[in-house]
Formats: sequence, structure tokens, C-alpha cells
Amino acid sequence: MSASAERVTATRALELGGDRAVTRALRAHGALVYVFLYLPILVVVIYAFNEARLVQVWQGFSLKWFGEAWRDPTLRRGLWISTYTATATALLATVLGTAAALGLRNVGRRTRTAFDGFMYMALITPELVAAIASLMAFVTVGLPLGPLAIVITHSIFNVAVVTLILRARLAGMDRSLEEAARDLGATRWATFVQVTLPQLLPAVAAGALLAFTFSFDDVVLSTFVSGPGSTPLPVEIFSALRFGLSPKINVVAVTTLTITVTFIVVAQVLLRRAERRSAATLAAEVTDA
Amino acid sequence: MGEPRWLIAPAWLWMVTFFVAPLGFMVAFSLGVNEGFFTVKFGLHADQFQRLWDPLYLNIYKDTLVLASIGTVGCLLIGYPFAYFLATRTSKYRTLLFFLVIVPFWTSLLIRTYSWVLILNEQGPLSSFMQTVGLIDAPLDILYTKGAVLIGVIYDYLPLMVFPLYVAIERMDRSLIEASRDLGCSRWQTFRRVTLPLTFPGIMTGCLLTFIPMMGEYVVPTILGGAKTFLVGSLVSNEILTAIDWPFGAAVSMGLIAVMLVLIIVYLRVLGRRAEEGLGSVL
Repeated sequence: MSASAERVTATRALELGGDRAVTRALRAHGALVYVFLYLPILVVVIYAFNEARLVQVWQGFSLKWFGEAWRDPTLRRGLWISTYTATATALLATVLGTAAALGLRNVGRRTRTAFDGFMYMALITPELVAAIASLMAFVTVGLPLGPLAIVITHSIFNVAVVTLILRARLAGMDRSLEEAARDLGATRWATFVQVTLPQLLPAVAAGALLAFTFSFDDVVLSTFVSGPGSTPLPVEIFSALRFGLSPKINVVAVTTLTITVTFIVVAQVLLRRAERRSAATLAAEVTDA
Repeated sequence: MGEPRWLIAPAWLWMVTFFVAPLGFMVAFSLGVNEGFFTVKFGLHADQFQRLWDPLYLNIYKDTLVLASIGTVGCLLIGYPFAYFLATRTSKYRTLLFFLVIVPFWTSLLIRTYSWVLILNEQGPLSSFMQTVGLIDAPLDILYTKGAVLIGVIYDYLPLMVFPLYVAIERMDRSLIEASRDLGCSRWQTFRRVTLPLTFPGIMTGCLLTFIPMMGEYVVPTILGGAKTFLVGSLVSNEILTAIDWPFGAAVSMGLIAVMLVLIIVYLRVLGRRAEEGLGSVL
């Protein structure tokens, strides 16, 4: 039996004995899950173009709420605060996370396990717990609630995310190129700047974009640590929702979705590219330079 | 390659200062006593935990545990066959299909939850559809109930169940299934005795990752639950933001941490050395 025939049999075996009914059922279920995942997002987008003042009733296509929402001073302010806190969070998390991922390559197994455990705890702890713990600490030591407090609390989760993304990328990288550079007499710093960093950059950018997105969308942490006058956009929406629905919320939702989905798509494409970019092409570049 | 080891120090210090230390403050608050508006007497008082040990509050924990359990099982039942479907696609489509699961997961949880208000309300599209088809003869009455909260948490956390399951199924040695079938096992026997044990770390990881955030969920019950649904998350935020009883709020959160720690210990015990493989698959 040829290798390809073998693979075909194995794939069939994985599809539960090649049984067609099961395969079809799995396919139908898969399609339904995609509908489930995307229908709500589609609904928000459609309703943002609804003319009606009463959100629940469809009255016809209109762009008027876009104008209303974008002129609203509270929402504009919220958008501005979200944007700059998310940018600061992303920068901070990217610097700390990238450094940590690089350092982790050279530490012993025990240190690495401890550090990993730490990062997983930060990822897994319910946001609500992290939020009120931070609130209590800030108020006790006298750190004012507001933009700084928002950036600090948002950074915890994101440092962990960036570290893990970069570590995965570093693990998939060919170290022989760095070794070659060192053997050829490059200094540690030159090796880092000319060999390691170029390979790492797409993943660094992806980590930064994901950190921005997370921070930009966060509502739980910000609800507790944003002071008066520094309410980010999601918290504005969250409190508006408790008082009732408004067509403006749909517009804000679509605007936010557009920004974040763009960032996520770019981040994922960067990560994929980085994985695919072979050591061979990089070697060629190094020789050219 | 020659990066110095101390590069991990800044992140380490940062996490200790802003993640671990605040948790210490929370423990201190939970052992304190409230003495009026914004005045807390610190010490080693068990008052908050005694207060917590009351059927009123224990029932809130029970309700939340039930909701998180049903939500986790729901995610598993939907997520397992879905992850199986994903992992068995040809590699060309697999990347795209997997990507389509990541995107909604990284977009705003608030907006994704809010959209269910639009879908589930009495005059919403689902209600009119079901009435037209004849499934129900009165407007749909599910928004602002526990049912709506359940839909919301399953929707929000399904990807967290799918990621580890997908990795586990993809990594599985496929020839074992073939062997099992060749040796005369039925499809069901093969699934139960080969596929299921091999993907067990994925199942455990998925359940851990969905159950914990569901226990501490605060946004979903606030938006979809209405006044009748009062979960642990609502209790915590109520004590912190409205009642301004921080020691008690801290004690309630300690309950969440206790649940989390128990689950992690069970997870590590059950999986042993396979735990790292399970958790490492998530990112």
C-alpha cells in the first residue's frame, strides 16, 4: 500500500470508520455552530442601520444613528479614553512580555515552570476577582483610580498573553541562524538586532495588536478601577445598557467591532506568516545584507 | 540566543506587584470588619466568612455552580463534535475554519452578549420567526431569565472549549482508530475506548477554562439575567459598588478563588504529567 493510500485510509478511519451518516451529521453540526457564532454579530450590524428609535422594531434602513452616536460627547470621550489606555497597555505588555519570553529561553526548567504557572494563573483568574483585588490595593495605597489604574490592571492579563505568544514563536524558530551569526563574529547585540528581532517582529506586532484589542474591549476591570471622568467606551455602553436600549449603542457596537476585528485579522495573518516564513528565505536575506 | 536571563525580571516584578500583591490586599480585606462608610478595621476576624455561611449566600453559590456546570456541559456537547469536525478537515480549509472561531472569541464580550438582547427580546427576530413557524403562540419569553444567561455564557465561552479539544483531536494518533476498527470494535466502542481517552486532556482543559470564568461571570447575568438572576458575580459587584461593604465583597470573592483552586488541583491530579500538554495547547 502506498503512503498516500495509507493516509487516505487513516483520514477515513478518523472520520469514524468512514461512515457517511456520521460525517454528514458532523458537517451539519459544524455549519450550525458557525451560524451560532456569527448570527449575533450579524444582528448587531444590521440593527445599527435601523431607522427606528425603538431598538427592537425594524423600521427601515438609515444611517442617521451613526451621525447621532458620533456626535455624542460622552461617547467620543469614552472612545478617546479607551484608545489611549489600550495603546499604553499594549506598549507596556509588549515590552514586558517580549523581554520575558526572550529571557525564558535561557533559564532553567524550574524557573520556567514557576513562571509558566504564574502566567497561567493570571490568565485563568476570573476578571472580577482581579478587578476588585486591584481596586482594594489601589485605594489602600492611595493610587488614584483613572487611566493609570486602568492601564495597570489591563496589563496583567496582557503581559501573560504576549509572553505566551512570543514564547511559542521563539520555540518554533531556528536557532542555528543565531548560532551562525555568533560564530561569524557578531556581538550578542548585533545578533539580536539583525537575526533574532527580524524573525520575531511579526509575532511582537501580533501580540501588541491582541493586547490593544483586549484592553480596548474590556469592561469588567475598567468598571471597577476607572475613576470619575475617565470612563472608557465599553463601560459607558455597559452602564447605558442598564438604563435601557438605545440605537446609539448599536452604532458604537459596530464601530468597535470594525476596529477590533481588523486588528485581530491583521494579528492572525502576521502570526501565520511568521510561522510560514522559512529559515531558508531568512538565510538568503542575511547573506544579501 | 545570548539574551540575559534577567530579562524575565521586569515582567516577574510587575506581576508580583500588580497581580499577587492585590490578591493579598483582598485577603486582608476579607479578614477585616466594616466599621461604617469606607472604614475598615483590619485584623484576623472570621466575621465575613461566618456571614457567608448562610443559606441565603450559599444558595447564590449553588445557583452559580449549577449554571456554570450546565454551561460547561453545554459547551462540551456542542464543542466536541465541532472540534472533531474542525480537526478532520483538509489542511487548506482547516486554517481558515479555525481562524473563524478565533475572531468572535477576541471581539468584545460585551457586544457579543448585548446582541442576544436584540435576538431574544419579545419583539425580536427569533420571537417573530418562532411565532410564524408556529413553534410558540405567544411572544418569546426568555430574555431576562436564567435560560438567557445560559445561552449567553455558552455563546461567549464556546471557543475556549473548542481550542484545547481541537488540539487534542488533531494530535491524536489516527492509526489507533483504524486499528480499533480492524480489530472488530464498533464505531461507538472505538469512540468510547480509543478517541475519548486519547482526547481526555483536551476535555479536562476545555472544562477548566470554561467553568472558571462562568463562575465569576458578571457581565452576562447583568445584561441577560434581569432582576431574578442573582449570581456570585452580581453579589460581589453589589457589595463593592453599591453596598460598599468591601470586607464582605472580598470574602465572597475568596469563595471564587477557593472554587478555582480546587478545580486546578483536581485538574493537575487527574492529568498528572499530561497537564502541561493540556494547558500548553491553549495559546
